Amino acid sequence: MIEIEALVKRFNGFAAVDGVSLTVGQGAVLGFLGPNGAGKSTTMKMIAGFLAPTSGTARVCGIDVTADPLETKRRIGYLPEGAPAYPDMTAGDFLDFVADVRGLKGAERRKRLADAIERVEIGPVLEQSIETLSKGFKRRVGLAQAILHDPPVLILDEPTDGLDPNQKHHVRQLIRAMAPAKAIVISTHILEEVEAICTRAAIIARGRVVADGEPLAGGGWRIGTLRAEPGRLEGVFRALTAETQAA
Amino acid sequence: MIGAFRHAFVGTRAVFAREFRAYFATPVAYVFIVVFLAVSGLFTFYLGNLFDRGQADLRPFFSFHPWLYLVFIPAISMRLWAEERRSGTLELLMTLPVGLFGVVLGKFLAAWAFAGVALALTFPTWLTVAYLGDPDHGAILAGYLGSFLMAGNYLAVGACLSAATKNQVVAFIAAVAVGFVFTVAGAPLVLDALSAWAPRVLIDAVASFSFLVRFQAIAAGVLDARDVVFFVSFAAAWLFANAVLVEMKKSG
Repeated sequence: MIEIEALVKRFNGFAAVDGVSLTVGQGAVLGFLGPNGAGKSTTMKMIAGFLAPTSGTARVCGIDVTADPLETKRRIGYLPEGAPAYPDMTAGDFLDFVADVRGLKGAERRKRLADAIERVEIGPVLEQSIETLSKGFKRRVGLAQAILHDPPVLILDEPTDGLDPNQKHHVRQLIRAMAPAKAIVISTHILEEVEAICTRAAIIARGRVVADGEPLAGGGWRIGTLRAEPGRLEGVFRALTAETQAA
Repeated sequence: MIGAFRHAFVGTRAVFAREFRAYFATPVAYVFIVVFLAVSGLFTFYLGNLFDRGQADLRPFFSFHPWLYLVFIPAISMRLWAEERRSGTLELLMTLPVGLFGVVLGKFLAAWAFAGVALALTFPTWLTVAYLGDPDHGAILAGYLGSFLMAGNYLAVGACLSAATKNQVVAFIAAVAVGFVFTVAGAPLVLDALSAWAPRVLIDAVASFSFLVRFQAIAAGVLDARDVVFFVSFAAAWLFANAVLVEMKKSG
């Protein structure tokens, strides 16, 4: 459902994303891994339609994101890095606004709102303004916004960043529960998260995919040509990314 | 083509509603309105000598509006884009299914409607002259309409400059500075500086931008179609620049 081909984004000549190609089908949860500044967020911003690619194409549900941005945006739920939301609004008003923009109406709207609020468990804070919420609740409001219209494609930039272990666990459960019906891309720095929820991984460094990986049948992960035992992804990650950073 | 044009304006209504409410979500709106009304009254009755003139019209009231807007409108417009960019919500907003012009227009209209509320609340001044004398109500209505139009022009400038920076204070000061240039464009201050070297055509063109000159007739109650066309196209040009800036600034 997500097809990226030779995606490039240059900022003043500097290639933040330098020829990334990927496909993510329904039921897949792709984990984007990579050092800070590797191009994870920039790639996600291009899929979500915030940044225009310098070259290459990104298609969502078969539609080119630059050719018909409105249609692709309707099919994507996107959680930007840091889960930005309007601080002066209450969580409930904020979700109402997103429902307005997404054109949800009537019974469908009520159902979607109730469903999203229940899934991320923010019922008790709906009347609170977002600036008064804890980091965990703020992140969950951002998630609720992303899943509100039940999109076939979810792009989540560091969905568990800054959450405590219980909240992390909860968000991972949520992503796992939604996975079968959707194509999901998450970025993360937490390697155990990849092991916990992803069906595939792509390691990005210097704007390129340096290795892709998948879980092995007998446990552990294959990353590129390397094999990581369960819980040992970190060593492989460092071997792959330290190499490219030195280069 | 028409479809693409319509798409560009998707989201106007939702953005308008959110923005308009946002003004009232904090004390900003109330502080703004109270101070605006106080200053407007002060100008009209003390500096403008509304009572002593012995004439039942609102000329002293309207004649201060360009100066009022010059300072007050940037206070409304400065947050429009700068705040969104600083807090990162712009990324959220622009990845929702909205058209670029829909967002630009929705934000502008919300700010304009808010300015309209503040302007409408000056109605006791109208009541005062209506009570004391027999004013030309048509002229006063024309004055209000013209003043509202002009507020939209200061706003379009301010909105565009707010998109140029993440810093609201910079947005405010830039809007006051640029607004000042257009306010006094026809005054000797500007024309003398130009007359030494610029060709006549340029001087006339600059002079024709002057809000002050254009608004003098409006304050007197004459709403000329040419002035209306000027104000509408001026605002449209700045809003277009606003949209271009938003698009440009996204990548960094």
